[in-house]
Amino acid sequence: MAADMGGSYGSTLRYKSLERIKPVGKHSIIGASGEISDFQEIMRYLDDQVLNDNMWDDGNSLGPKEIHSYLTRVMYNRRNKFDPLWNTLILGGVKKGQKFLGMVTMIGVNFEENHIATGFGNHMAQPLLRAEWHENLTFEEGVTLLEKCMRVLLYRDRSAVNKFQVLLLFPINLMRLMCYGMRLLGK
Amino acid sequence: MESHKENEINGPHSMGTTIIGVTYNGGVVLGADSRTSTGVYVANRASDKITQLTDNVYICRSGSAADSQTVSDYVRYFLHQHTIQLGQPATVKVAANLVRMLSYNNKNFLQTGMIVGGWDKYEGGKIYGVPLGGTLLELPFTIGGSGSSYLYGFFDQAWKDGMTQEEAEQLVVKAVSLAIARDGASGGVVRTVTINSEGVSRKYYPEDKLPRWHEELEPQNSLLDILSSSSPEPMVS
Repeated sequence: MAADMGGSYGSTLRYKSLERIKPVGKHSIIGASGEISDFQEIMRYLDDQVLNDNMWDDGNSLGPKEIHSYLTRVMYNRRNKFDPLWNTLILGGVKKGQKFLGMVTMIGVNFEENHIATGFGNHMAQPLLRAEWHENLTFEEGVTLLEKCMRVLLYRDRSAVNKFQVLLLFPINLMRLMCYGMRLLGK
Repeated sequence: MESHKENEINGPHSMGTTIIGVTYNGGVVLGADSRTSTGVYVANRASDKITQLTDNVYICRSGSAADSQTVSDYVRYFLHQHTIQLGQPATVKVAANLVRMLSYNNKNFLQTGMIVGGWDKYEGGKIYGVPLGGTLLELPFTIGGSGSSYLYGFFDQAWKDGMTQEEAEQLVVKAVSLAIARDGASGGVVRTVTINSEGVSRKYYPEDKLPRWHEELEPQNSLLDILSSSSPEPMVS
């Protein structure tokens, strides 16, 4: 999962080293766009859930499907109270070799897909992903495709900054966090 | 006309402000201007926007004066109780999280952005920004208030990691003074508070101690002083 590290305040690029993707429990990662204070509050709710899960000490652990379901309930219930958490969330994870990728919006819309994007990404990145994603992507091909998407968003999204956070989830329960800037191509 | 005067005296007071918090090698420096305005009237030209929360943690306030004062009062009260229970000084992180809690949970009612800075024995000098929505961000430095708009470019260029106390204080004073030069809602004097392992030190920089910027002139006591030093030229040729 990749995100740029910008936190805007209106048209001002206010914060330029913001981590918008965080690990959740042992198996999942969550990426957020929208209001940062609401994302921080969601992280507090998730940390409570993970803590409670650990306290059972029963060998089980919250997987991405469960977290996705929990988030959907939270977002939808807040929407019903006319007091939404102003975020679009992407939830990804691997548990017992099974991959998961899903999204929840601020009004509670939720679904699973093979490739997901938020905001501008829906307009710029999804067409690329629909054309080039396939079931048997290698790791290198996946990274290259993701970078292609992030580069085009850097070109065309006014609120993007050239500093990216990438969280890689491997089936062997490995998470790696990378931060880097991208070289711009072309004329 | 009557209602016009009413608003100026008893109307909502806002601190169009410049506030800054900066970490350096050994502690933090907090800085602010001193102007509080109601509309176009300057209600207080010598306010103190850097408020004490505990012996080792201070907060810079911007936005609504009432809201920021109330949040500070609550946080000071909670921290006092927390310190008694804990048996040792509260950490900067706890103070910042309390500010965030009040800011976030009352986000629909409050209009105040704050900077929390201090020193504790576990993490050393730390700066936390708590802007309008109740986000909490731990940063090496941060700026806030209406005057901060004019300082983004300045800090992009002038900030560096691992400064000395002298360098950090000079940077803060220069920055607040630059903001005062361009922001109508910031003015008065520059106040700084430096916090490190040795304690807290407050400094105050009146107008004549600040650098002169573009199109600004050296302040004089009176016209009479400069008249005597040069002979006036005839106006009509």
